[in-house]
Amino acid sequence: MKLLTAIIKPFKLEEVRTALTDLGLEGMTVTEVKGYGRQKGHTEIYRGAEYAVSFLPKIKIEIVVPTAQVDKALEVVQSAARTGQIGDGKIFVSPIERTIRVRTGETDETAL
Amino acid sequence: MSDFKRNLSVGIAAVTVLALTVAPGLAQDAAAPAAAAAVEKTAATAPNVDYIFNTLLFLMTGFLVMWMAAGFAMLEAGLVRSKNVAMQCTKNIALYSIGGIMFWLIGYNLMYPGDDGWIVADTIGKFMPVTMPAPGEDTGGAYATGSDWFFQMVFCATTASIVSGTLAERIKLWPFLIFIVVLTGFIYPIQGSWEWGTGWLDDMGFSDFAGSTLVHSCGGWAALAGALLLGARAGKYGPNGAINPMPGSSMPLATLGTFILWLGWFGFNGGSQLALGSLENASAVARIFVNTNMAAASGVLVAMVLTQVIYGKVDLTMALNGALAGLVSITAEPLAPAIWQSVVIGGVGGVIVVFTVPLLDKLRIDDVVGAIPVHLFAGIWGTLIVAWTNADANIVVQATGVAAIGAFVFVSSFVMWAFLKFTIGLRPSLEDETNGLDMSEIGIEAYPEFGTGSQRI
Repeated sequence: MKLLTAIIKPFKLEEVRTALTDLGLEGMTVTEVKGYGRQKGHTEIYRGAEYAVSFLPKIKIEIVVPTAQVDKALEVVQSAARTGQIGDGKIFVSPIERTIRVRTGETDETAL
Repeated sequence: MSDFKRNLSVGIAAVTVLALTVAPGLAQDAAAPAAAAAVEKTAATAPNVDYIFNTLLFLMTGFLVMWMAAGFAMLEAGLVRSKNVAMQCTKNIALYSIGGIMFWLIGYNLMYPGDDGWIVADTIGKFMPVTMPAPGEDTGGAYATGSDWFFQMVFCATTASIVSGTLAERIKLWPFLIFIVVLTGFIYPIQGSWEWGTGWLDDMGFSDFAGSTLVHSCGGWAALAGALLLGARAGKYGPNGAINPMPGSSMPLATLGTFILWLGWFGFNGGSQLALGSLENASAVARIFVNTNMAAASGVLVAMVLTQVIYGKVDLTMALNGALAGLVSITAEPLAPAIWQSVVIGGVGGVIVVFTVPLLDKLRIDDVVGAIPVHLFAGIWGTLIVAWTNADANIVVQATGVAAIGAFVFVSSFVMWAFLKFTIGLRPSLEDETNGLDMSEIGIEAYPEFGTGSQRI
């Protein structure tokens, strides 16, 4: 099992969610985050004084995927989240040791 | 900053164009149609009816001014950060209440001692609380005793609310309220007695119809004195002239507050005619409402055009300040001007705000809501420009009043703030200020479930 952590532009959430569901991957956790990579922020003016808005809003999707489906999942997420403009985001893959379904006690890939 | 200078010239050009488009409107006004009605315009109706209408005017315009307390509360709540909103609301409801109590206990008779009541002639009135006659016996004047006290009290409370905006986000609650006790019980009534209480400024011919100086500049001077002694919010100003904006938590609340103040101002200026029982008085109140509205509208639009041109974007908070500056500017003389003159007067108020808000920041005077530009600077402008529209006023006398009241209020406020600073202290600790006054002073969060509120989980 692998954990996919995808940082994407907020308006791409629905598209990515649909793409993952179409692959048969049902569960995910979504958080609103702020961040930047190469996309810089911008400045605003409030009552005559400038301030920098360095951190941009993004969405973080965390989804644990059976190892066999990782490559396909990466492909659909990247394709759904991509706009071609700077700031599209990144996807990180990390290993997961164990998984348990709270309701039934199923473990590992049967719990996904 | 040549970009700024270029934008500035464009801004001035834009306002001039705006003014020229308005110019045709200045042909009208003033001359009423020659066919006068058969009724006498100044004759009062029967004395009982005159009494009733005057009382009605005081009561209704009085509660409109009371409603301005809600306006200030919402405007300030919207312009401070979330962690300080409950504290700001607390200050506002407290100061309105304190104003009422102090104006009953001391303020009213200190401000209106009557011809024989002065302790120091035309300068210091008398010290005693207010009592009201029984309704059946309240026939001594042209209006009910309580209605006059009520109407004057809400003006006193308005003065106090000006101070809370400037000093927001870094002042402890009780030292602030102690200052308000002194402001509403002594400072405001004494300077008010010099003019409306028929004291020495009134004898000189100083003219301040509804309080550009007596209320707005008075509050503004007290706020300025406090701001100088209190210091800026932690992190507001950095080295090398850096200014760090701290955007307000709720633009809808700030906007609502401004509209509420605008509404209340019809009472503030309209009620200051002090009489409603004749055709002329009724017409005067109507004229005041119109001039009041136009000055505010002009202030908004000038502020919007200027911020668009100078900063490339309209700044909503400056537009809101522009409305209030327009209102303050017309407050010293809302009756005499023709409509086009009110538009000019209010518009200049908008200009004042756009340029003096950043100026205060340059001087490292931290005014959270722009109360000093709106109430003090526009108040001075409004008081001086009375000489343009009111033939009985004269600019030297106006300036004398501005200076005398300015000196008295600023010095007495400064002394009081200094006394509080060096005895019980004014500021919370840096940690308390950073965590927000809601938690440290009040123990109640404005938005416990949102943002970094403690009830988010």
